[in-house]
Amino acid sequence: MADQQQTHGNAVQTTGHAWDGDLQEFNNPLPTWWLWTFYATIVFALVYWILYPAWPIGNSFTKGINTITFESNGEQVTTHWNTRSLFIKEMQSGEQALKQQAYLQKVNDASYEQIQNDPEMMGFVNAKAKSLFGDNCAACHGIGGAPAMVGLFPNLSDDAWLWGGKVDQIEQTIASGRHGFMPAFGATFSDQQLDQVANYVLSLSGAIAADPAKVAAGQKIFQGETGGCYYCHTKQATGMASVGSANLTDAIWTVADVPGAGSDEEKIARVRSVIEKGVQRTMPAWKDRLSAADIKLLTVYVHGLGGGQ
Amino acid sequence: MKFTHEKIEINVGLMMFLTMLAIGIGGLVEIVPLFYIKDTIEKVEGVRPYTPLEQRGRDIYTREGCYLCHSQMIRPFRDEAMRYGHYSLAAESQYDHPFQWGSKRTGPDLARVGGKYNNQWHVQHLIAPRSVVPESIMPNYPWLLKNDLDYSDMADRMRALKAVGVPYSETEAEYQANVEQFGQEAADKFNIHTAEETLLAEAQANDFDGDPTRVTEMDALVAYLQVLGTMVDFSKYDEGYFAEFR
Repeated sequence: MADQQQTHGNAVQTTGHAWDGDLQEFNNPLPTWWLWTFYATIVFALVYWILYPAWPIGNSFTKGINTITFESNGEQVTTHWNTRSLFIKEMQSGEQALKQQAYLQKVNDASYEQIQNDPEMMGFVNAKAKSLFGDNCAACHGIGGAPAMVGLFPNLSDDAWLWGGKVDQIEQTIASGRHGFMPAFGATFSDQQLDQVANYVLSLSGAIAADPAKVAAGQKIFQGETGGCYYCHTKQATGMASVGSANLTDAIWTVADVPGAGSDEEKIARVRSVIEKGVQRTMPAWKDRLSAADIKLLTVYVHGLGGGQ
Repeated sequence: MKFTHEKIEINVGLMMFLTMLAIGIGGLVEIVPLFYIKDTIEKVEGVRPYTPLEQRGRDIYTREGCYLCHSQMIRPFRDEAMRYGHYSLAAESQYDHPFQWGSKRTGPDLARVGGKYNNQWHVQHLIAPRSVVPESIMPNYPWLLKNDLDYSDMADRMRALKAVGVPYSETEAEYQANVEQFGQEAADKFNIHTAEETLLAEAQANDFDGDPTRVTEMDALVAYLQVLGTMVDFSKYDEGYFAEFR
């Protein structure tokens, strides 16, 4: 301690007081760089107060001399600087916004056919709609349109379209939503009848080695008035886009996870469970959440995912 | 007389006084204006207190700590607007006690999640998030569907919120004021004396959890999630309108 005091002793003053005989405190001036930085922050604050909203006065506040001009309802509006006006301006005339607007305008003015035949527009559609799909659709339909589980949400990456795979049908589905409904037959059918109909339905696509007797009985229920399944699924069991009924003759299953079942018994059990409990599925309407242009982009994107019609 | 900081440093009383003064000015300038500046809360139609079922769902939301990963505050930035929708208004959380704005997003913002997905998705996603979103890191909440909702103290919960300013009605005059402000149908739901009946009726009418025979915690939470951010109809307002409140 004594040595240290010696080395600094001549250059720096102490506070002049000694504790416990030898404890002393240096009294250094503030470092110059620190002091000037401190003064600079004061100057910065003064400039800030003049430019931006800062001090409260009564039930208002100083607005600052900085202004922002944006368009509202066809008129130019000028306000004092604030984050909301800044945001509106950026959405209207920011660099990214203008770039995107040029493309959006082009896509908006074009027909679906023109968009699909124009590689440049398709490039934009696929880039923009991919993020739209990720933000809004992928939670249910999965990345790329393939849901993580079979049953609750239709797969968009296959070739089957419950509500139709033409662009206008897809657009309608996205904009207004859909309500998929099949009544529950658990109370109407006996155990035996449920089993027979399940066998018939699975035999249509050759998914199981079905018992011909059960298939014949199931067919009678399906095609007759006992079940009346054909009202929605049609006599050919190929489904109807107007009511969103599934095509039962292909190998694609949207409610019962037939391909995921190990044995024929398991497949029958899964289809039987759907017939017993019915189906209640809803797709939300997006027209209040997404712009018409966004829905158009998504329509083209979804159409392309699974080979639209 | 020359001023030196030594005078302050060696005088504890003076130091304490000046410290309090500095903090006091800073605090007053930041906090007091919020009590007087009337314009901060936007004048919009549609924002209402939560119904008993929604409020009970909100309690579960806070109980499970959803706010630790999910914010409810869309900021006025281009990237947030493109992903989540219109930025959040102060008016939209005026009946939130405590508010759920949050400051950290591990999961996505939920301020406008209402109506985005259907009830089935919410139920499946809360029980097992990875069954619908494989890359999700959200924990499973299977007990929400197993637990029956305890709504026996709903009236007291509403009274507590009333004490901090949520206009649930206890007297006839308060009820009439709610009819005036929110309409008859909504005012009936904010009546503290019929809290349990209201909650039960809403759970049964909507069947959020897919099991009509029971009222579970899932019913309440999904009811809450489905109303988030849906109260204001933004198509009614010009873009510049909300900037007037800043």
